[in-house]
Amino acid sequence: MRLSCNAEEILEALWIAVEEKRLSALDPQYTGIPLDDPAYRELSEHALIEIKQGMVYFRPEGREEGRMTIRRHRLAERLMMDVLNIRGDDGNHQACQFEHLLNEGVDVKVCTMLNHPTTCPHGNPIPPGECCNKARADGDLGVVPLTEFKPGQEGEIAYIQTEDNKKMQKLMAMGVLPGNRIVLTQAYPSYVFKVGYSEFAIDTNLAKEIFVRK
Amino acid sequence: MAVDGKKQDGLSHKEKQLRVALVGNPNVGKSVLFNALTGSYVTVSNYPGTSVEVSRGSTVLDEQTWQVIDTPGMYAIHTITEEERVAREILLHEKPDVVLHVLDARNLERMLAMTIQLIEANLPVILVVNIMDEAERMGLKIDLELLQQRLGIPVIGAASTRKRGLDEIRAAISSYSTQPRVERSFPYGRLLEFDINEVIWLMEGEYLLSRRSLAILLLQGDEEITEMVRHLEGDGYAVLAEKVREKAFEHRDSFHLDLSLQRNAFVKNIIEGVFFAPEKRVITLSERLSKWSVRPLTGIPMMLIVLYFGLYKFVGEFGAGTVVDLLDKRIFVEIVNPWMITTIKEIIPWEIIQELFVGEYGIITLGIRYAVGIILPIVATFFIFFSFLEDTGYFPRLALLVDRLFKHFGLTGRAVIPMVLGFGCDTMATMVTRTLETVRERVIATLLLALAIPCSAQLGVIISLLSKEPGALAVWGVCMMLVFVLVGVLATKIMPGEAPVFYMELPPMRLPQLSNVLTKTYTRMQWYFIEILPLFVLASVLLWLGKVTGFIGTAINSMTPVMSSLGLPKEAAVAFIFGFFRRDYGAAGLYDLQAQGMLNARQLTVAAVTLTLFIPCIAQFLVMKKERGWKVAGGIGLFVSLLAFSSGYVLNQFLLLAGILS
Repeated sequence: MRLSCNAEEILEALWIAVEEKRLSALDPQYTGIPLDDPAYRELSEHALIEIKQGMVYFRPEGREEGRMTIRRHRLAERLMMDVLNIRGDDGNHQACQFEHLLNEGVDVKVCTMLNHPTTCPHGNPIPPGECCNKARADGDLGVVPLTEFKPGQEGEIAYIQTEDNKKMQKLMAMGVLPGNRIVLTQAYPSYVFKVGYSEFAIDTNLAKEIFVRK
Repeated sequence: MAVDGKKQDGLSHKEKQLRVALVGNPNVGKSVLFNALTGSYVTVSNYPGTSVEVSRGSTVLDEQTWQVIDTPGMYAIHTITEEERVAREILLHEKPDVVLHVLDARNLERMLAMTIQLIEANLPVILVVNIMDEAERMGLKIDLELLQQRLGIPVIGAASTRKRGLDEIRAAISSYSTQPRVERSFPYGRLLEFDINEVIWLMEGEYLLSRRSLAILLLQGDEEITEMVRHLEGDGYAVLAEKVREKAFEHRDSFHLDLSLQRNAFVKNIIEGVFFAPEKRVITLSERLSKWSVRPLTGIPMMLIVLYFGLYKFVGEFGAGTVVDLLDKRIFVEIVNPWMITTIKEIIPWEIIQELFVGEYGIITLGIRYAVGIILPIVATFFIFFSFLEDTGYFPRLALLVDRLFKHFGLTGRAVIPMVLGFGCDTMATMVTRTLETVRERVIATLLLALAIPCSAQLGVIISLLSKEPGALAVWGVCMMLVFVLVGVLATKIMPGEAPVFYMELPPMRLPQLSNVLTKTYTRMQWYFIEILPLFVLASVLLWLGKVTGFIGTAINSMTPVMSSLGLPKEAAVAFIFGFFRRDYGAAGLYDLQAQGMLNARQLTVAAVTLTLFIPCIAQFLVMKKERGWKVAGGIGLFVSLLAFSSGYVLNQFLLLAGILS
């Protein structure tokens, strides 16, 4: 099902009103989209909402759709802030545009890349998707900095994130390359790890920049 | 491909000396191999980055003389640290006839990436897969035959510490074909390849390395290479530079990473079916020991044990106590000096000249006696201790233990080596500070060495001096630590520059070979003696001149106010004047004063603290100047002298007020 942008906006507003503000229905005047907008008809035709006495109510199918829409919106916000480093109103605006693209599996990819975040940048909860539940059930940590590993834990190097080119080259020369297996053997006072048959020690600053996947 | 061993005609090169350069990652056994090939001695150690300088020796293979060049360790042909640059210089400018790439069999996969770069640079490479013995013990199997086929260069398995594979290496060097090699390359991805070629097309100059390899280095933004190419390209450089800039910008996101990943992919293909690791890792005793040494709970007690037995018991009590007593008291004072005095007095009639050799500051009675009787045993025992520890591979582990602490002083754990070495010889340690990564670290380390780290000779004398007065040693120790911490923390706050980053490879722990430890001690001693003996003799001569001309008297008198502000008798000025030549010499001067009963406990402590902090010896100052330049060296010298005397003043006042040690 592919909804128009306005329809998605309405669903989000409705979901927030019902699920977070514990109201029974949404007053259309808070959405900024007047009742005569075709988006309401679109939603009604898909049997997602019904309109009674000028108020908007969920139908059972609409509740789930609303949940997924709000999830996409908040994931988009996280993506803007964490990865693209776009903040403030601009970020919010961009996220509104972006969320409509997060359909058909793209949201799962983004969610996994962001390591299944639970809240949006404003602190509101992101409803978990199936991918989040599965990750939790598997105990999959996703991609984390080396500092999050426990001594003895083994994983694969996912990527190196550093502003300093020389540091990156040094790490790569030591065999810290994406795809290589890494075993953390100690975390204090320095991080000690093995790649292949070599052992290395690095400090916290460097360990923060090596991202690993279990 | 002209790589397998075709016999050269052998005649045309007889007159010319050929060159073979050893290159490879740090700590893969280059220096051991160098020693084995040349029969001469380079300091070999189990510590990454010990060969800071290039060593040269020669050997004769098949009646042809070869110069063998040992280089500092490098990780890649694109260099980052100073040592790496030094190593690459050889490849860039000396045109070696054979390049021996030495690598560690256990880390074949990781280190082959550099072999690929060397081949790509069109250098005459022979690959030495070293440390085969330890690899075999771990159950690793390597098909060298197949590796040789895949790489298209000679490959030899070796265990240079056990002299395994040496004959094969010699044979491979002397039979290495001098025919022009076919340039061999490993194709990168299409896009990268295209961009590299665009750069190559614009290059006109004649280079020793292949253009392909240089083009990649240009794209990596290697400053030294850029400079060299600018120089050799002349007018065409502007266009080339523009192209490089454009391409580098296009690849700005991940050029280094792409390059590394693609090289890694070649390596993965190459070692497929060549390298076999056992399913279950064999955990050796050395790995267990290594684990204990880096856990704070077991590592710190281990460190204390090492320091107690190594420094205190062995260097302090045995070296500075037993051996000094034997050499100085039994041999010099009782036998050599009286005998020399009578002999000299018989040969030379003039009293003034007699004084020069056997007088109060005589070359023999003072200079040689200090150097051989007091300093030699202390330094020798220290170097034995240091070399032993170095070979076990303990230092990198110590480095990671103290890294957090050292960060407070603007240093990283890496600086532990110059600091510990400083307890042996500050001059040598100042030289080693160049292995630190940033200028800031180097300056801070140089300052701390000059100020608060007493060298073994001085330490030995001071410990034996102060241990007679209960509490004095503790006061002295606390002062040194306070100054070290205070100056370290302050320097970090004041000095501009970014926070240093710590990373270090941990070599496997090994039981050192006695012969290797002794050889290293010997070469270090040799260096030390060549450096200090002339200074001791010079100091004797100058002091003698000073005495003859009455200058010393004047100097002592002019320093009297300074001495009295420290609460010291004016004779103590002699120790400080000595101290300008060498700190240990100054400390030995104190030793004499105390023997004459001219210093009480408080005065002795104040003098010892001031002297320890006081200006480093002339040799150290010269090395500081060489490594850091006049401005920094001069600044440190001035700062250290001021701080030394003001600390002495404060300490004296404090001790008087508190009524300690009086």
